[in-house]
Amino acid sequence: MSYVLIVGAKSDIAKATARGYAKHGYDLYLAARDVQELTNFAKDIATRTHRDVNLIELDILNYDSHQAFYDNLKEEPLGVISAVGYLGEQEKAQSDFSETQKIIDTNYTGVVSLFNIIADDFEKRRSGFMVGISSVAGDRGRKSNYIYGSAKAALTAYFSGLRNRLYDAQVHVLTVKPGFVATKMTEDMDLPEKLTAQPEEVAEDIYKVQQKGRDMLYTKRIWRYVMMIIKMIPEWKFKEMSI
Amino acid sequence: MKACTAWGMYPQIECRHFKFNKEAPLKQIIGDQSSLIPYGNGRSYGDSALSENIVDVRPKDYFIDFDEESGLLHVQAGVLLSEILETFVPRGWFLKVTPGTKLITVGGAIASDVHGKNHHVEGCFSECVEEFDIMLTDGEIVTCTKEDTPDLWKATCGGQGLTGVTLEAKLTLKRINSQYIDQTTIKTKNLKETFEAFEEYSHMPYSVAWIDCLAKGNEIGKCLLMVGNFRDDGKLDYKLKPQKSIPFNFPSFALNNWSVRAFNWLYYGKVKEKVSKQRVDIDTFFYPLDAIGHWNRIYGKKGFTQYQFILPKETSYKGLEEILTAISKSGKGSFLAVLKLYGKANENWLSFPMEGYSLALDFKIEKGVFELLDRLDKIVLKHKGRIYLTKDVRVSKTTFEQGYPNIDKFRQFRQENKMAEKFQSLQSKRVGI
Repeated sequence: MSYVLIVGAKSDIAKATARGYAKHGYDLYLAARDVQELTNFAKDIATRTHRDVNLIELDILNYDSHQAFYDNLKEEPLGVISAVGYLGEQEKAQSDFSETQKIIDTNYTGVVSLFNIIADDFEKRRSGFMVGISSVAGDRGRKSNYIYGSAKAALTAYFSGLRNRLYDAQVHVLTVKPGFVATKMTEDMDLPEKLTAQPEEVAEDIYKVQQKGRDMLYTKRIWRYVMMIIKMIPEWKFKEMSI
Repeated sequence: MKACTAWGMYPQIECRHFKFNKEAPLKQIIGDQSSLIPYGNGRSYGDSALSENIVDVRPKDYFIDFDEESGLLHVQAGVLLSEILETFVPRGWFLKVTPGTKLITVGGAIASDVHGKNHHVEGCFSECVEEFDIMLTDGEIVTCTKEDTPDLWKATCGGQGLTGVTLEAKLTLKRINSQYIDQTTIKTKNLKETFEAFEEYSHMPYSVAWIDCLAKGNEIGKCLLMVGNFRDDGKLDYKLKPQKSIPFNFPSFALNNWSVRAFNWLYYGKVKEKVSKQRVDIDTFFYPLDAIGHWNRIYGKKGFTQYQFILPKETSYKGLEEILTAISKSGKGSFLAVLKLYGKANENWLSFPMEGYSLALDFKIEKGVFELLDRLDKIVLKHKGRIYLTKDVRVSKTTFEQGYPNIDKFRQFRQENKMAEKFQSLQSKRVGI
C-alpha cells in the first residue's frame, strides 16, 4: 500500500503536492475532471521519480459516482488529499444562484460526499490520513468573497468534526488554510509579495505537517497571526471595513 | 505592469509579464505584442532578459522523457538545472556542462550558451544539447539541430533569447559514480605563477581560480586555483540543501574597499600550504554561492553588475596584468573575481568563450563604476578580447561589436527572419543586435 489519492489534481497546489509526495516515495492517484489534461504532468512525475502515477476521472459534483470511483481504485490509498476549490465570481454569485450553488457544491458538498465514503473505509481499517485544503477566507466572511468563504468555513467545520470522529480510529485529519498563493486562481490579482506563497512552499508545508500528524496548518505561517488579528476585530468595526 | 529586474537588481523596471500554458496562447502573445523577450529564472545579471514585455518560461517545467541507456534527457525549457541534478545525481548522472549556479533554466542555459569549469574539455552548454524546439516570430515551432538548421542553431545558442521562445530541449547527461570531487587547491603568489599553475593542471577536467583583485605591486594576480575531478566511490546520496537566505538588502556601505580587502585576506590566508587536497561535494565545488539565497542583496539596493571579459591566450598575460593593475588602483573591487582558462571557441555567433583567459568580477553600482568599466573596456579591446552579454548591463555598441566577428551574420539572420523587431531586450537595443 503506497498510494496517495489527490483530488482536484489539476490545481497548482495539487500538482506541487503531487510532485512532493512522489519525491518522497509515494505512488499517486490523481483525480480530476478531464483528467487526461494531466497526461504530460503524470509523465513528468514518472520521469523524475519512477513512481506509479494513475490518472482517474472524477467529477466532484457528480455525488452518485463517488462510491464507484473509490471502489474502483486498484489499491486502497494510504491517504487522501483534497485540493478541490472553486473561487467563482462573488458579484455574479450574489445575483445568480447557480453560481452560488456551484461555489458551495464544489468547495463543500462535493468534498463532503467523497470524504464521507473514504472516512468510513479508513475508520474501518483504522489507518490513513485525510488532508483537506480549506482557506483563510473561511475564517471570517468578507464582502469580496463571502460565498466562497462561507463554503470554506463549512468545510473547515466539517474537517474539525471528522478529526474528532476519527481520533479513536487513529485516522489523522489535517486542515490546511492557505493564504494568498500564486496560482492560476489568483493570477489576475495583485498580491502582496510577503504574504504570498508559491505552490511549492504550500506543498512542502503540507507534506511536513501531515507527516508530523498535526491538525491545522496556516501557510504561509504568518497567516495564522494575520487571521488572529482579523478575527479579533469587533464585528461593529469589521462591518465598516474594506479588507 | 509589474516591477521586474534580473540578478544584478539593476536596472529595476516596470514590465508586462506574460504567461502561457499551451502553444496557442504563446503564439497569440508573440503575434499581439510589438516586441518581447523570453525570461527564465532571472539569473542573468544585467538587462539581457529585460524589456517592456517579458514572456515567463519558468512555469514550463515538465520532464518529458529520459533514456537510462544513453542519458538523453528531454525537458521543457523552464526546468531548472537544480531540478535535473536533484533527479539524476542519485541515479548516477550529471550535467555535461554547468555554470556556477544551478538555479537557471534550460532555456536560459541555451540562450547564454553557458559554460563552466570544464570549458577547456567539454565546451559550452550547446555541446550537450541534441536538439531544441523553438517558437519563432510567426508562431511556427521548429525543431532545431546543428545539422538541419545550422544558422538557427548558431544564432540561438548564445543568442540571448533574441531568436524566439525555446520550448523544449534534449540534453545528454554524463555518467558519474560519486557526488564527491577530489579537489586540489594551489596557492600562487602572482600572475605568472597563476598562469603556470593553469597550464600545469590543464589535464584536470575542472578548474577555476579565485583572484585577489586588490593585491598590489608584484602580488598582482595571486590566486587560489581549484582543480578537481569526480571520485569513484559510488556515493550518490545527493539532496538539495535548504538555502540560507540574505533576508534584506545590505546598506550599500557594508561592502567597501576595507571589508572586501579583509574578506580577500581571510579567504586567501586560510589556505596555508602551496598545494592542498580536499574532498568536497557537488554543491561546494560547482555552486558555492547557491548555498546563500539572494546573495545579490549584499551589494545594497542599488544593485551591482558583473564585469566578465575574455582575452585570447596570446594577449592574456599582458592584458590581465594591465586590467588587474587598473582595478587595484581604482580601489573598487569585488568579493569574487574568478579567473579561468578556456578551450577553443565554438561556431555560435554570440557565444562568449574563446581560447584564452576570462576574468569575472562584481562591482556594486556606485559613482564612478561605469567610467572605470569604460576604461577597462578599452584595455580589453586593445588586447582583442570581448565582453560577456549575460553579465552585462552597460557595454556600448562599439565596444561590444568589436569583440564578436560574427555579429553581422547574427544581425542579418535576425533581419531576414523578422526576429529583429519582435524579440528585443534593453540590452539588444543598446548594443544594436
